[in-house]
Amino acid sequence: MSDPVIKVEGLTKKFGSFTAVNDVSMEIRRGQVHGFVGPNGSGKTTTIRMMCGLMIPTSGMVTVLGMSVPEQAKLVRCHVGYMTQRFSLYEDMTVRENMAFLCRVHGFGHKRRIERIDEVLEQFDLVPLADRRVGPMSGGQKRRIALGAAILTEPELLILDEPTSEVDPNTRREMWGHFFDLAQAGSTLLVTTHLMDEAERCHRLTVMNQGEVVADGSVDRLKEELPATVLEVSGGEVTPLVNDISTLEGVLAVNQVGTVIRVLTRDASITNQIAMAIPQSFSISEVPVTIEDVFVSATRDGSRA
Amino acid sequence: MNTISSSIARIVAICVKEVTQLRRDRLTFAMVVAIPLMQLLMFGYSINTKVRHIPIAVCDHSASSFSRQLIEDVQASQVVTVTTRAGNPNQLHTMVQNGVVSAGLYIPIDSERRYYSDNGEAIAQLIVDGSDTVMASALKALGHFPFLPGGVSSFTHNPGDISVTLLYNPAQRSELNTVPGLLGLILTMTMVMFTAVAIVRERERGNMELLIATPVKTAELMIGKLIPYVVIGMIQMTIILWLGYLLFQVPVAGSWWLLIGSCLVFIFANLGLGLVLSTVAPNQMGAMQLFIFIFLPSILLSGFMFPYAGMPEVAQKIAEALPMTHFMRIVRGIILRDAQFEGIQTDLLFLALFFVGTLTLAILRFRQRLD
Ligand SMILES: Nc1ncnc2c1ncn2[C@@H]1O[C@H](COP(=O)(O)OP(=O)(O)OP(=O)(O)O)[C@@H](O)[C@H]1O
Ligand SMILES: [Mg+2]
Repeated sequence: MSDPVIKVEGLTKKFGSFTAVNDVSMEIRRGQVHGFVGPNGSGKTTTIRMMCGLMIPTSGMVTVLGMSVPEQAKLVRCHVGYMTQRFSLYEDMTVRENMAFLCRVHGFGHKRRIERIDEVLEQFDLVPLADRRVGPMSGGQKRRIALGAAILTEPELLILDEPTSEVDPNTRREMWGHFFDLAQAGSTLLVTTHLMDEAERCHRLTVMNQGEVVADGSVDRLKEELPATVLEVSGGEVTPLVNDISTLEGVLAVNQVGTVIRVLTRDASITNQIAMAIPQSFSISEVPVTIEDVFVSATRDGSRA
Repeated sequence: MNTISSSIARIVAICVKEVTQLRRDRLTFAMVVAIPLMQLLMFGYSINTKVRHIPIAVCDHSASSFSRQLIEDVQASQVVTVTTRAGNPNQLHTMVQNGVVSAGLYIPIDSERRYYSDNGEAIAQLIVDGSDTVMASALKALGHFPFLPGGVSSFTHNPGDISVTLLYNPAQRSELNTVPGLLGLILTMTMVMFTAVAIVRERERGNMELLIATPVKTAELMIGKLIPYVVIGMIQMTIILWLGYLLFQVPVAGSWWLLIGSCLVFIFANLGLGLVLSTVAPNQMGAMQLFIFIFLPSILLSGFMFPYAGMPEVAQKIAEALPMTHFMRIVRGIILRDAQFEGIQTDLLFLALFFVGTLTLAILRFRQRLD
């Protein structure tokens, strides 16, 4: 396989005495949609900013598209579309004006600019919003606009920081459709998200916690290699059982999903203990691991930094 | 070649963006025109009425052709207008005291004899309401008024000898001084203020992360932000000079090209200064505070309000560092005295170097980073 599009080694970023990113190493391969997940404050945005050369690492090295960052950040910026977590387009300008600005900055000629903007507006259903000011628009509309702006210049690498937060489920599906189309066409995407169904769809996934990478690999492998078993308890009013089960030795996490309880355990041997702790009318069964289970078990410690 | 043209494209991108935002920002846009208009009218007219046609009362005990000529000549200076007559010196005094007139002129019965005598007696007395210093000093100048066939003086002997002759501005028309001064004041105010927020605004509104993630280089950003304001500065310059001519008949004695060129250099110097403030300030509010910090000495020390020569040495040193001081010399020179390039070249050079220095500093200080 070809060189990784982004290669990060031993990346560390300190703000004063606080270490926001600690010895992170990861690789993002060409043509993939790479998911980037982790609890709030785990250091995803900070890592991304260092990849874009917007922050200088305390130590470690970053290579993007074969160029080292921050040294060659200026060159790299011509090939990267970056969608910021906080909305950063000009609120007092219209959608079209914002896009025209970005096209000009990237050296698009007049004709190419007009064509490309129309194309993107069409693609993201932004035509009715095109000549309205961005400021008063809804959260989801702004996300769509920002995403459109990021892909506007057809960059070979897209770094999207929470592109789907505030976005309705239908638009979310459409966006993910776009992501895979782009990946199919040869682009590479790094996408952060807090939504596990989105994480599940990625080719590969990196999980961060408290500034460190705690899980990294393809989604299937992460699930396979999870050193845990998921048991499902059902058959009645389960809510009162949550406390009883979570205090048991060997239980990693307990989560109620509607009328069932999902119990994340180290292994299936705990089944008997659970059975003794709860009334006999309930049934216990082993179910397949989801990526949420991977996330929960990887980020259990101090998830609220 | 390719790098230059793509660099120009990026500068154009920034320019277009700035202009678009400027058009949307009604308040700023209004300021471009409103500030020169307001200040010119306020300063121009208020100072104008103060030193011209001050109402005075006359008590003429001499009632001769000599005294009548004296009164005529005093009025011909346009500083005063005789609005009232008084019967005796006491009445005159009361009128001044009550503010009916700003001054009273008393001409004694023997004033013509005093004029030709050699013992230094004043030929007339001017009682001045000293509460308004600007007015008082204008009236005091009347004491040295060159009166022929002889001189009138209430204060000094032999006024023909010590009569104060005012060069370039014999009628004490202060708007001749004020209009060029306002040109400097308004350009300092708007140019520094606009650019001082130009960069912190991007930071404060959260646009910086997007902006620095684009291929725009620092120098391109700075230059792109400057250009629209240069145009604004030129618009303001036109308004001030045109209104100055229309309302106050301030002519331009010197070369128009020299004047426009000097304004341009001054505009650049101020924009550079504003950019530096913008890279220092933590937020827009801080930028405004820094701006005031520069603006106050520019008004007080530059020679706009008080004569440069009369200031203490420390103040003069500070004034030398301000672009406004140099511009003041240049512009008064060109507008009032028909100064040539040779006469203003050191001040122009200072402004040019000031621009280069501040722009360099702004570029060096600006970090394309978030930490
Ligand atoms: N400029 C900064 N100065 C000081 N601390 C910072 C700075 N930027 C980020 N941090 C800290 O670094 C940590 C990581 O922040 P970061 O924004 O990278 O988290 P994140 O994973 O993107 O979180 P979220 O999911 O909420 O977006 C946080 O604790 C944050 O407070
Ligand atoms: Mg983040």
